[in-house]
Amino acid sequence: MVQRIKTFISGNAPLLTTIVIFIIVYIIGGQLYPSMQKPQVFFNLFINNASLLIISIGLTTVILTKGIDLSVAGVIAMISAASAALLKAGWSAGVVIPLMLLIGIAFGFIMGCIIHYLKVEPFIVTLMGLFFARGMAYIITLSSLTITNDTYRYLALTKLHIPFFKSAYLYIPSLIGPILLLVTFYLLKYTRFGRTVYAIGNNEQSACLMGLPVARTKIIVYSYGGLCSAIGGIVFSISLLSGYGGYAPGMELDAIASVVIGGTLLSGGVGNVIGTLFGVLINGTIVSILQFNGTLSSWWTRIGVGLLTLIFIGIQSLFYMRKKHS
Amino acid sequence: MKNNTPLVKRFRQSQLFWPLIALSLLLIVDAIFAPNFFKIGIVQGHLYGNLIDVVNNAAPLMLVAIGMTLVIATAGVDLSVGAVIAISAAMGTVLINPALGNELITNDILAANATNTPLWLVVVANLAAGTLCGVWNGFLVSRGKIQPMVATLILMVAGRGIAQLITNGQIMTVYYKPYWWFGNGFILGLPVSMYIVAIVFVLAWLLIRKTSIGLFIEIVGTNSRAAYYSGISEKNVKLIAYTFCGFCSAVAGLILSSYIHGCDANNIGLLYELDAILAVVIGGTLMSGGRFSLLASVIGALIIWTFTITMYTFGVPANALLAGRAVLVLIVILLYSDYSRRLINRLIERKGQTHGATN
Repeated sequence: MVQRIKTFISGNAPLLTTIVIFIIVYIIGGQLYPSMQKPQVFFNLFINNASLLIISIGLTTVILTKGIDLSVAGVIAMISAASAALLKAGWSAGVVIPLMLLIGIAFGFIMGCIIHYLKVEPFIVTLMGLFFARGMAYIITLSSLTITNDTYRYLALTKLHIPFFKSAYLYIPSLIGPILLLVTFYLLKYTRFGRTVYAIGNNEQSACLMGLPVARTKIIVYSYGGLCSAIGGIVFSISLLSGYGGYAPGMELDAIASVVIGGTLLSGGVGNVIGTLFGVLINGTIVSILQFNGTLSSWWTRIGVGLLTLIFIGIQSLFYMRKKHS
Repeated sequence: MKNNTPLVKRFRQSQLFWPLIALSLLLIVDAIFAPNFFKIGIVQGHLYGNLIDVVNNAAPLMLVAIGMTLVIATAGVDLSVGAVIAISAAMGTVLINPALGNELITNDILAANATNTPLWLVVVANLAAGTLCGVWNGFLVSRGKIQPMVATLILMVAGRGIAQLITNGQIMTVYYKPYWWFGNGFILGLPVSMYIVAIVFVLAWLLIRKTSIGLFIEIVGTNSRAAYYSGISEKNVKLIAYTFCGFCSAVAGLILSSYIHGCDANNIGLLYELDAILAVVIGGTLMSGGRFSLLASVIGALIIWTFTITMYTFGVPANALLAGRAVLVLIVILLYSDYSRRLINRLIERKGQTHGATN
């Protein structure tokens, strides 16, 4: 039994470190600002970071294949602008949402095809995706469009009360992230597709020689990333009830930082979506500590996230070195 | 095949071939659809026109691209250049600003046209801040053995925060006229920024072609193990590359902040890391490191800005331009992919052969 616990700990060391860091950061916050101990503050992390969590999940699967997706925040802006424009034109939400999901999948699919078949760096291709998506959003609308659709308003304003916690609530869209997290966790851990993702990330050539469907998997992964970004965009436009090309500036950075803090290596093949969840939560906790403080200015968020990334990378390389030595 | 003179063939195989083709294609499009593009007039003794605009606007990007080329040649990448631009620009403008802290800027101060610190010190502080950032990146990559993308990501995330910390969250405005000279001045009718780029380029060229550092960079990028076994200090080579990249970004920050007479830490040099990488890739330097060409990257930067100014002359709104730039990237990708290169090369070869046969 002890042996088993030991192997579990050494096998999941980066993930456990992330969780421990999250708990420490949260406890520090709770000690500094007692009102942070309220359960609602914890649930607010899910409400405020709903779309960040969703795009980070998609980004994790992409990074696991040794790729990267810089277009995530651009797709959020494009989807929010496009859905706002279509809803304004009188389309029903039942048509707009599936259409947006299709656009996201198609976007990822095209990028995946270019990356795989033309053998171009994912960095460059998804950079093109970022420019293109933001540009399209600005072509759709140069100013912010309000959404007055009833379905969207219902989704945005209905509070879900949480059992066992008095007066704690979530909104419907904040549930999508956790559900997607479980689905992705299952896909990556228990399906042939997921194992192929890890194999490609560790060594694409070996995966190819073993007869694994590299092309198909890579393209599916990028399409899945596009789908996640589209869902993130819908959640984003629901929570703000508007659409604009300038939304979510630099969110791709937050997402990459969350994934890295979550223990996923940018060199591919190592990582876990559960870690990503805690990466996002750490990011959100720092933001809420700053908000509770009130006197600290917003730029400390960036510095804090940067420092944490640094610390975490230090820890990771320590683990890596120890493994190499032993 | 004999018809292919060695010179032509050498040119076709050189790294400059594709960027120059792309640039001339763009210019041909301009010549056909917007003939005014090539008009150069003289206003108040300065040359004036779209081509001058292209060079003046592209100057910061050319500088960053020079630094980025060296970093990418060592099989690395520097994502923090945009943030470094912001940090160095913030450093410089904060020192100039006569109204420090929360003091209100009054008309007296505006009229004073004064500076808090002598100009040379401002420039030195600006360059030092950027170079220091480069050293930090270099240490993380070479001594810390962190992947370049992750190591520079740290400064990319934190950098704009640091810049805001320096400016105390304010948007700095510079009323001190001599500082404007770097981005807006003219020497002999040509913009000052052009001379600055030329100086940095010559510096870089001397560094890599007249000393052995250029060869070291190439060998580290091609095969770092081989470099190690042949006794080359891989660590120091990388440190030099990242430091130089930081220095180039600092110079770019100086020009940019001088050009707009101020510094907005959130927006100055935004997306420059992506543009710089794009310029290097257009220049034909592989992201996996190895062979590189500074001149090709500079031409890459010129291509990006020629395209941008062309779109402006066609009346495309600035925001929608992002989509246009995406199309540019797509075309570059298609042109540069192994598949299409092989196809074009084969076509040229075949043409040469049939040509030779008929002769």
